Amino acid sequence: MEVFFYIAAVIAIISTIMAISGRNAIHSLLFLILSLLAISVVFYLLDAPFIAALEVIIYAGAIMVLFIFVTMMLNIGLEEKQEKSWINPRMWIIPSILASILLVDLLLALKNMPTVVVGKQVILPKQVGISLFSTYLLAVEIAAILLMAGVIGAYHLGSQKKKVLHRFLEKK
Amino acid sequence: MFSILRTIWLIFLHIFHKPETIEYPEKKPYLPPRYRGRIVLTRDADHNERCVACNLCAVACPVDCISLQATEDETGRRYPEFFRINFSRCIFCGFCEEACPTYAIQLIPDFEMAEYDRQNMVYEKEHLLIEGEGKYHGYNFYQQAGVDMGVKGKGEGLNEELPVDVNDLMP
Amino acid sequence: MEYIFIILGVLLIPLSIAAGLIWVERRLLSFWQDRLGPNRVGPFGLFQVIADTVKLFFKEDWIPPFSDKPVFVMAPGIVMITMLLTFSVIPFGPGFYVLDSNIGILFFLGNSSLGVYSIVLGGWASNNKYSLIGAMRASAQMLTYEVFMGLSLMGVVMLADSFSFYSIVQAQKNGWFIFPQFIGFLVFFIAALAETHRLPFDIPEAEGELVAGYHSEYSGMKFGMFFVGEYLGVTLMSAIITTLFFGGWLGPSFLPPVFWFLFKTFILICVFILLRASLPRPRYDQLMEFGWKILLPLALLNLLITGAILIFIK
Repeated sequence: MEVFFYIAAVIAIISTIMAISGRNAIHSLLFLILSLLAISVVFYLLDAPFIAALEVIIYAGAIMVLFIFVTMMLNIGLEEKQEKSWINPRMWIIPSILASILLVDLLLALKNMPTVVVGKQVILPKQVGISLFSTYLLAVEIAAILLMAGVIGAYHLGSQKKKVLHRFLEKK
Repeated sequence: MFSILRTIWLIFLHIFHKPETIEYPEKKPYLPPRYRGRIVLTRDADHNERCVACNLCAVACPVDCISLQATEDETGRRYPEFFRINFSRCIFCGFCEEACPTYAIQLIPDFEMAEYDRQNMVYEKEHLLIEGEGKYHGYNFYQQAGVDMGVKGKGEGLNEELPVDVNDLMP
Repeated sequence: MEYIFIILGVLLIPLSIAAGLIWVERRLLSFWQDRLGPNRVGPFGLFQVIADTVKLFFKEDWIPPFSDKPVFVMAPGIVMITMLLTFSVIPFGPGFYVLDSNIGILFFLGNSSLGVYSIVLGGWASNNKYSLIGAMRASAQMLTYEVFMGLSLMGVVMLADSFSFYSIVQAQKNGWFIFPQFIGFLVFFIAALAETHRLPFDIPEAEGELVAGYHSEYSGMKFGMFFVGEYLGVTLMSAIITTLFFGGWLGPSFLPPVFWFLFKTFILICVFILLRASLPRPRYDQLMEFGWKILLPLALLNLLITGAILIFIK
């Protein structure tokens, strides 16, 4: 089982790197989808099948489709050259140094944490639901209100006033 | 909502209907006698060619698929020297049949004219000319009107008056 | 050893049904239109499937030079993979399943949402206006209908108290779920039509407007994959409706359970084809309006009522 975990983890890391460094927007999005799928496998191997399924349905299935939907309509072929001049190897130096410092920091912090053994018990959807609606009820309701705000905003932006006059007859 | 369900139900009932398809090569569909198919040239009852090479069919043809050349035999009777119909152009409109004053050119209920070579679709006179009289039996153009061709004397046609003696102008 | 046979069966039964559907659909459609349909190749035209397959295999497999090659080649495979993967969680009979996953329904939803990529990427990689319009319509349509496809199934999940297909079927021993969950069934059925972009909702490939939509540039076996993928989708949706609402393999015991499962699935496939024969295609905005303004509230209402009744009973 551990082998599968490491395979999935390595795939996730590689595909994320490819997603960042790729020049073709759709190709990097595809690598991002692959990375999300690999993360979902990781979740599954960590005995959290519900979260793994949600990762696929919501992130890989719904949100990334919207990303691709938007990117499809852009004419990316033209900007490729410009982007080529923006991304040169020197660009990578400072972010990677900073990121590696952070990584070392994280590893040191993790070393001092008490180890938690995962995979003791499979977390089923029912347990997730019960804990969402008892322990974390307030967080769920706040998230629901936030989404409600999004829905109302979208409705406001998308609503059209009924036109009485033809557009040629309207006063500018 | 109800209309959608009704549509679905009515379409479902069609499974019990008899199919309208006629399986063509095995079962031939009925073609009425006036069906406009392959074009033929007919002969009259005396086994002479009806066609007098008047070119009216070639003029009437909207796609210009008929071409012919008129000539005369020793008695002075006109007939086509060659008569050519390009069936790859023909649209089977039947205008040539309507234009023909002698019922020579006729469309018959036969449409199976597929060929492998395009040139084979060009029919010459020997392909077009049939031995019979086609749709109009006993009709002879020279009996109705027209010049004396040994069929009838001048002015002796069925709906023809005797020729006027132009030298006699007395009322 | 037995496990390998089961896997082979689960792989081959849907594939052969999907291939046979090419013939079944054309034949049934023709009966509903008072025609005869393909009846020349073999007895009743049964070998039409083989003839079509041979035709597809020997066609030139053309990759347009203006396309995005890797994505173009990859796209048709995705639909096949996701559809076939989903069959692994569906129980064909007691003991005749590959995987009894405790997240079965979620697995199905995830796979069907990944199947969208096939169409979207295929349409985009073709680099063709009509394909792109088809891909855009497909992504909007399938995203919309996925939302309440999931919601409409939650009533069943509540009744069966499980996400696993196997226990859902076993929970229907006392009565099929179509009776308490009729609204859920209706919503799911319409959503399944839209999800497989079958004919009333085939606006991604609407040949009247978009040539062939997202697969305009595809030929040969790549087109064949889309083609079989669509029929696999029909088979899959019918199998899932059978499992969730019509009691899966349950039936009178004088015939084997697998027969009952396949029989119910086949009836549902015929209903899919009947809808194709009888209904016209709605306009794109009508489809979205119908989805968001009618089906989504209906699914939520169904969820609410089912939950309330279940709590009241317990």
